[in-house]
Formats: sequence, C-alpha cells, structure tokens
Amino acid sequence: MGIRFVVLVNKQGQTRLAQYFYEHLSLDQRRALEAEIVRKCLARTDLQCSFVEHRNYKIVYRRYASLFFLVGVDNDENELAILEFIHLLVETMDRHFGNVCELDIMFHLEKVHFMLEEMVMNGCIVETSKTNILSPIQLMDKLVNKHYHLLAGTICCFNQLVCLSCFGVGKLNVLRINL
Amino acid sequence: MASPPPLPSSTSVLSSASSLADSLFQRSLDDLIKSLRSDPSSEPSIISRSLSEIRREIRSADPLTKSIALQKLTYLSSLHFHSMSFAAFHTLELLPSPSPQTKRLAYLAASLSFHPSTTDLLPLATHQLHKDLTSLSTSSSSFPFLPSLPLHLLSLASSPDLSSHLAPDLVPLLSRPSPLQPKAVAATYRVLSLCPSTVPVLFKPLVDCLSSDNPLTVSAAVGAFCELSAPPNDPAPYLPLAPEIYRVLVNSRSNWTLIKALKIFSRLVPLEPRLGTRIVEPICKFLRESQAKSLVLECIKTVVSCLSTHTEAMRLAIDKIKELLSSDDDPNLRYLGLQTLGMLAPGHLWALEESREVVAQSLTDPDRSICHEALRVMMAMTLQANSIESCTLLVRQAAKSDPEFANEILDSVLTSCSKDFYELVVDFDWYVSLLSEMARIVHCTKGDEISRQLVDIGLRVRDVRPELVRVARELLIDPSLLGNHFLYNVLSAAAWISGEYVEFSKDPMELVEALLQPRTSLLPTSARAVYIQSVLKVLTFSCNSYINESGSLVNDSVIARMLSLIEMTVGPLTESEEAEVEDRVRNLLGVVRLVANIKDLSGDKGKDGMIYEVVRVMDDLFSDEMGPVSANAQKKASVPEDLDLKENLADLSEFISGDDAAMSRSNPSILFYPQSRNSSEEVEVGPTRVAESTSLEEHRKRHGLYYLSADKETTEPELTEDYPRVNETLPPSNGDTARRVKVTKPRPTVVKLDEGEDLTASSSRSTKVEAAKDDPLSGAIKDVLLGREGKGASSDFDASSSSQGKGKDKVKGKEIKSKKSEEGESKDRHKGRRKHKHRKEPAPSVSVAQETPVIQDFLL
Repeated sequence: MGIRFVVLVNKQGQTRLAQYFYEHLSLDQRRALEAEIVRKCLARTDLQCSFVEHRNYKIVYRRYASLFFLVGVDNDENELAILEFIHLLVETMDRHFGNVCELDIMFHLEKVHFMLEEMVMNGCIVETSKTNILSPIQLMDKLVNKHYHLLAGTICCFNQLVCLSCFGVGKLNVLRINL
Repeated sequence: MASPPPLPSSTSVLSSASSLADSLFQRSLDDLIKSLRSDPSSEPSIISRSLSEIRREIRSADPLTKSIALQKLTYLSSLHFHSMSFAAFHTLELLPSPSPQTKRLAYLAASLSFHPSTTDLLPLATHQLHKDLTSLSTSSSSFPFLPSLPLHLLSLASSPDLSSHLAPDLVPLLSRPSPLQPKAVAATYRVLSLCPSTVPVLFKPLVDCLSSDNPLTVSAAVGAFCELSAPPNDPAPYLPLAPEIYRVLVNSRSNWTLIKALKIFSRLVPLEPRLGTRIVEPICKFLRESQAKSLVLECIKTVVSCLSTHTEAMRLAIDKIKELLSSDDDPNLRYLGLQTLGMLAPGHLWALEESREVVAQSLTDPDRSICHEALRVMMAMTLQANSIESCTLLVRQAAKSDPEFANEILDSVLTSCSKDFYELVVDFDWYVSLLSEMARIVHCTKGDEISRQLVDIGLRVRDVRPELVRVARELLIDPSLLGNHFLYNVLSAAAWISGEYVEFSKDPMELVEALLQPRTSLLPTSARAVYIQSVLKVLTFSCNSYINESGSLVNDSVIARMLSLIEMTVGPLTESEEAEVEDRVRNLLGVVRLVANIKDLSGDKGKDGMIYEVVRVMDDLFSDEMGPVSANAQKKASVPEDLDLKENLADLSEFISGDDAAMSRSNPSILFYPQSRNSSEEVEVGPTRVAESTSLEEHRKRHGLYYLSADKETTEPELTEDYPRVNETLPPSNGDTARRVKVTKPRPTVVKLDEGEDLTASSSRSTKVEAAKDDPLSGAIKDVLLGREGKGASSDFDASSSSQGKGKDKVKGKEIKSKKSEEGESKDRHKGRRKHKHRKEPAPSVSVAQETPVIQDFLL
C-alpha cells in the first residue's frame, strides 16, 4: 500500500494538514490516531531515529523548524525513500511559497493538498519533479488572479448595493463563464 | 461548455439579493483563520459561530458564496475535526461548476470527506465524474488538468459500483501518452482492486504502461503492480510480467521506480527461483555503485529475503549492512542496519554472530526503536549453543532498563526460551535460577508467565527438581518479596513446588516457617490456599520420614516444633472468610490433631498404630507423581456411540439454572490439579456429584435426553484408559520424549505430549494460502494474463467492452479486450506488443501449468 497518510503537526501538536490515502477514518478515529502518533513522535529527540512503529504500520517522520511531517507507511516500505519524499515535499513548498513557514500552510491549505495530490496517488509517488508538481497550481493561481481582478473591478464600478443586486449576479456569472 | 444561466426572475431576485448580501459580507477563509489565531482561547465559540454561518451560506444560490463556505468547512473538518457530512449534497452541487477553482475546491472537499461507508450520495456523482474524465477529448476545457480531479476522487473515495461504471473512461487516459497518464495508472490500480470484474478492460492497457516512453508512467505502473502483488494478494499471476519488470529494472533511472520493481521481484523470486539468477547482476551493480541509500537499502532487503543462495550478492549485502550498523552519527541507518541484520536470521547466523557486540551495545541505545530492533536480532541469534550467554546478558540488561523495555526483554526471553518445550534450554538448573532472577527484577510484571513456566518445568523435567526446590526456597524465605503484588503468582508456584517436591528439601522445618511467616497475610486467597496446602504436604512428608527414621532431617524436637507452629499460626485462620483458605486450614488442622501424639509413639514405634496408618495413607496420597496433561487428551477420548454431539443444544440454555452457570464459569487453575490418579476423578466430578447431587438428579430426571445413558456410566473407567494418564511417566522409547543433545552435561528429558498438535495449525495455514488464491482479483488477472476465457468475469460487464471481445485478438488464447480508441491511436506500438506477447505465450490453450514455459523463454 505504500503511503497510508501524511500528517503535518506543529510543535504544540496541532494538526496542520491531514491527508489519508486508501483507508478512510471517521473523525473520531482520526482524532485518536493523530493524538496518539503526535504524542509518540513529539516526545522523541533529534538523537533518536525517525521511525516509530505504531499499530501494524510504521511512521516515518521528520522535523523542519516548528513543523513535524509524519508519514504513515506499511511495514515493508522503504524508510529512506519516504524520508526523501518528505524532503521533496518540503522543497516543493519552499519553492512555491518562498521560505515556507507554518502560516503559509495554514492559509493555503488547499494548495498543499493539491501539491500532495500531484505527488502521491493511491499511496504511490507519481511525480517527483518540482516544476511538474507546481505547474497546475501556478496555472490555477493565474486564473484566480485574473478572476479576482475582474471581480474587484466590477464591485468598484457598482458602489450601490441595489445596482449590484439587479445587475451584479448575472454579470458575475458571465464573468466566471468567460474564464 | 456551460450555457449562460437564465436571467434571474423577479422572485429569485429577492433571494439572490439576500444571498448577495451574504456573499458581500461573507467572511473568507483567511478571515476565519485570522480570527482563530488572534484569540485561541475562544476557539470553540468562533468555530461554532462560523459553522452556523457556513450552514447558511452553503445553501446560497451564489456558487461563489457556496464555494467559500465549502472551503471554510473543509478547513474546519480537516484541522479541527468537525463533521462536514451535512454539506455532502452541496459539495456534489459544486462539482459541475464551470469555474476551475470552485470545481477544484469541490473535488478536494469530496475526496477528503466522501467514502462509500459514510455517504450514499456517491452514485449521484457518476455522471459528473464521467464528464470530467472525458473532458480532455472534447477539448473545450479551459483547464488542461481537469481529468486529474476525478482521478483523485476515484482513487481516494471510490466504491465498487463507481469503479465499474467509470472503468471504460480510464482506458483512453491510460493508453494515450499525456501528463495525466501516470495518474490514470494509479487510479486504475484502485479501480482494479475495488472491482475485479474490470480486469478484462483495464489490465491490458495497464501492462502496456510498463513499456511506456514516459518514465513517470512506467513508475506509476510499477507502483501499481507492486501494490497488486503485495500480500495478502497472490503474486503468482504476475509472473508472466517478469520480462517487462526486468526491463524496467535495467533501464529505469528513477530510484523510486527501481525500489518498487525490486519489491515486485522479491515476491516473484520465491515462486520462480530462476528469476534470481537474472536479477542478481543488476542488484549487485546497484549495491556497488549506487549513491542512493534508499536504493541500496532495498537491494539489501531483496538479497536478504530472496537471493540468499547467491554468495556474491550476499557478501555485498552483508558488507553494506555492516556499514549501516557502524554509522554512529545517524540513528536512522543504525536502525535499518539492525532491521536488515535481523532478516538474515535463520540462514546466516554467522553474520549475526560477527556483529554481536554492536547488537548488544544497541540494547542500551537511547532510542527505543533501536533497542527494539536490537532485542529482536538478539533473540533471532539465540541458539541452544549460546542461549545461556544471550539470555543472561538480556536479563542483566533488563535489570538496568526502564520498566517498559525491561518487561519487553523479559517477555521475549520467556517466550523464546519456552518455545517448543524449552528447546533452547540445555541447562535447566541455569534456567530455573534465571527465572527466579527475572522475578526479582524490580519492574517485572511477568509473574504469571514465570510461575507458569516454573510449574511446567517441574512437571516436565524430572532432573531439575532439586534445583527447582532450592530456587523455590530462596523465593519463599525472602519476606521482602511478599510485598510485591506482581510476584504473588510466582510465590504461589514456589510454594506449590516446595510442597510437591518436598523430598528434595534440605530443611522441612525452615520451609514450614517460610510458608507460615506473618507476612503471608498479604497474599491473595488463591496463593494463600496453595501455601497452606503445601504446609500439609510438608507436614505429611516430615511425619513419614520421622516414623521411618529415613533421615536425620526430622527428629523429636523438630516435629514437635512443627506441629505447634502450625497449630499456632493456622489456628486463627479457621475463622477466615475465604472459603478456599478455610477449607484447607481445616484439613490441615485435622491432620495435625490426628498426628498430634506422634511423638509419644516414637518410643515404642508401634508400627501398626493408628497414627502410623494415617501417616502412611496420607503420604501415599501425595506421593504419586504428577505429569503434564496433553492438550489433546480430550480428543483422544472416543465418543460413545449413542451420543449425538452434533445435536443442537441451543434450547438447553433455558434449562440451565444460575448454579450451573456459575459452575461452568469457575475455571480450574493449575493450583487445583488432582493430587493423584486415584483421587483425580473425585476431584473433577466431586463437587458436582456431592454438593449438587439433589439438583443434578432432578435435572437429570427432567432432561434425561442430554445425559449419557446410565449403563454407559459403568463403562466410564474403561474409557479413561484411552486418556494419557495425568501422571503417566512416559518411557523414553515412545517418541514423545525430547531428543538428547550431545553436550558435556546431557540435557535432561523434557516430557512432551502434544507434538502432533501443529497439524491443525498447518492445515489452517494452507487454507489461508488457498483463500488467497481464490481471491477474485488475482483470479481475474490470471484469467487475462494466461488467456483463459474471461467470460465469467466480463459477462457482467457493460457492452462497450465485451463487444470488443470479438475483435479477434490473433493470439488465440488471449481474450484481452481492447478499446477502439486504443487500437486507433497506438497501432504500431500495440502490434509490437502483441507479437511480443505472442512469443511469450505460445500455447493456444493456456493453463496454469504453462506459466513455466513463459518464464523459461525469458530466462534463456
């Protein structure tokens, strides 16, 4: 099965991103699992190795500044390759956000999800080139920027709420269709 | 793609006005995050307020408002664990959105929250997914990555139904080179594993992807096959793919792909050992030259797990393992070194032995994971020859470790030493003292297991009993041990041993004193009862030896002191509230009073006196030796002919009175083993017969149906002849005894009774294997790869695919369905492949037996 889940937590143990592949957990199961693995991993020091056995699988984790990247993998998965994968994920985020920090991930959660989607499917790594991973996101950014410029313009033009209500809805929809 | 919406009618103007107000004053996700960050203490109230906002906004007619609400909800669900099930329908509504951004958000929300087990709305999305999957071919989309969205959804939240409906849409994506191809491959794996009936449609294009020009596609395909062949699936059907995967192994430059290819091979080589000779060369090359540690690690794992007969590769791998072990600055590498070292275990113990010091050192590592692995390796390299050395080292280490790890060490020492009737143990004297040493470790919580083994060894190994009694004495006379509640079972076992084998005791008086010391009041009832019963045995033994003058152990003063000590300390216990204790105390006191005058008799030694008779009978009672009971004893008893065991006894439950239920619940422990053969039947049946005789008779009268007929009862003694006797001492010739090991000190005989037992275990194992072979996916794949008529699988598949069946694939045996589009686009490549396939599978009517020739071609 390869990668089962990718979870990002900060030093306080708050989840910053959680993506599960293959197995679906209910919210309660998720909460319990994350609490458990976070407790296990955060208690470890830098002198200890990056692999923790948990239930019937293994967690490979790495710490970058205040963020812990926890990746759950099957027992026969290659641990070193997973460490490389984590590093690639960080580098990709770094390239996109420029010196990535926890706040970037919080405010752009869906982008990080999109990056992960580009990199991993079904627990297998499908893409390792940073340029390829980021190109759909950049394309999306371009579209969104255009969209928001137009939207902002529209709202400036029609200061009055009434005007907007009569005209704006249709206009907005038209705008979006044109994109 | 989408047509402009109709102009808002007058009624919807109002509602749209309110929704517009919503959208104008809607808080964005950024606002939400900022407010959460600015005031962490009031987080719950902020979240509940915004959840109620979201509930309103998500019903808005304006798609933008809706999508922002969904975005916020996704965030809250993902990071703050709030259910977004109420928004499932709204998520579906947004999937067809013309705006790529909204669409993307909707897909993300769906893939994070949808699952067949939690939502039944998934079938509603089928059409939309189909539309998005095929949008590339209509090429009207402004967003080239559109089909990747439904692919993700498919791979994360698909159901078998959805998979089978959308499988045909995957085929063009799979067979056309594009950036989406790798993702289509990954989604295909998911679809295949969810819905094996799609194999005829999807498998062929998936195999083709292995030889694609796009390295990412190859990588994804290798990954998919790696997952498909992973346990618990049966890897055998993928054997014909070995040539393709070998090509990947030789040509690919991506470490990830190579790792996955190696994983596939490590599953295939055990099925076809000749593959090993082919792959060993590239693997050695990687081991020598590769800079990537992950790849080297995978090579080591592959060599160790399935190429152990190739000496050159083994040598390289072992060198690399040593390199890993010696990397002091990187705990990760040390951990992996230990892990791979452990994999060498049964076959290459010399390699483990060479690294013994490193392993022993790793037991003290600050890292728990490394300690674990070291312990595992240590146990793996423990043999009869070095068991004393290893176990002593481990127990000493346990005494120094923290409580949790100490108990893990003890647990593994106990488990591996007791395995297969103590096969590892040569010197039982050493082992019993090790057991007592373990019990004395401060944090030891394994008292139950230690006590079980002490008694078990006592029963099975005759030669060790003197040492066992000595060890038991040491445990009993130490008053400090009585305060540790983890040790109560050990102490109770020690008491039982010193009572049962009292003839090896050097000083019965001391024993009685130890068994009756004041702190025994701390013991729980069960242990106390054993203590008192042991006193009875010691007393009987002492009286007997006193009368027979069989030793100078017991003289006048000793017996007098013993009797008075017993009477004094045990007397008050007749008022004990615990029935077990009281019962035994009364027995004991009864005997004491019977033999009270024994000293007076010693002068004339009235050999026929009443007291002498009592002592002799009592001693006889205890002198029969006990043996282990075979777990199969019940099975060996033949079932009476007129007893119908298959009859449904469900209606019996209503007859069972409370008393009966209570009887059946009380489980006899080892402490209440029958004392001798003669008394055994009494003990087993006694309570039922005597105490409940009246109610039992009544019961029998009412439900005679469920009882054996009365005349059977008289034959019962004959039946018991079939049982292995509880206390049978087996002659060494009957095969049930342990082999003797040639060491300086001969290994004592260990009585075994259950050697045929693992019959059941092995049969269950084989059924498991069979179950794996019956699994529908591998069955379907076997059908396709080996060209069996795939009719069964494809018949329930939709017409678009099965009509292709008549496409006359020239390969007669092969019934692989191929889609029209695929034939159109990749004709040349396809032809080449067909030829190749043809060569690979020459026989028209292929059966499982033909797998071998397929590989032979490749091997030559």
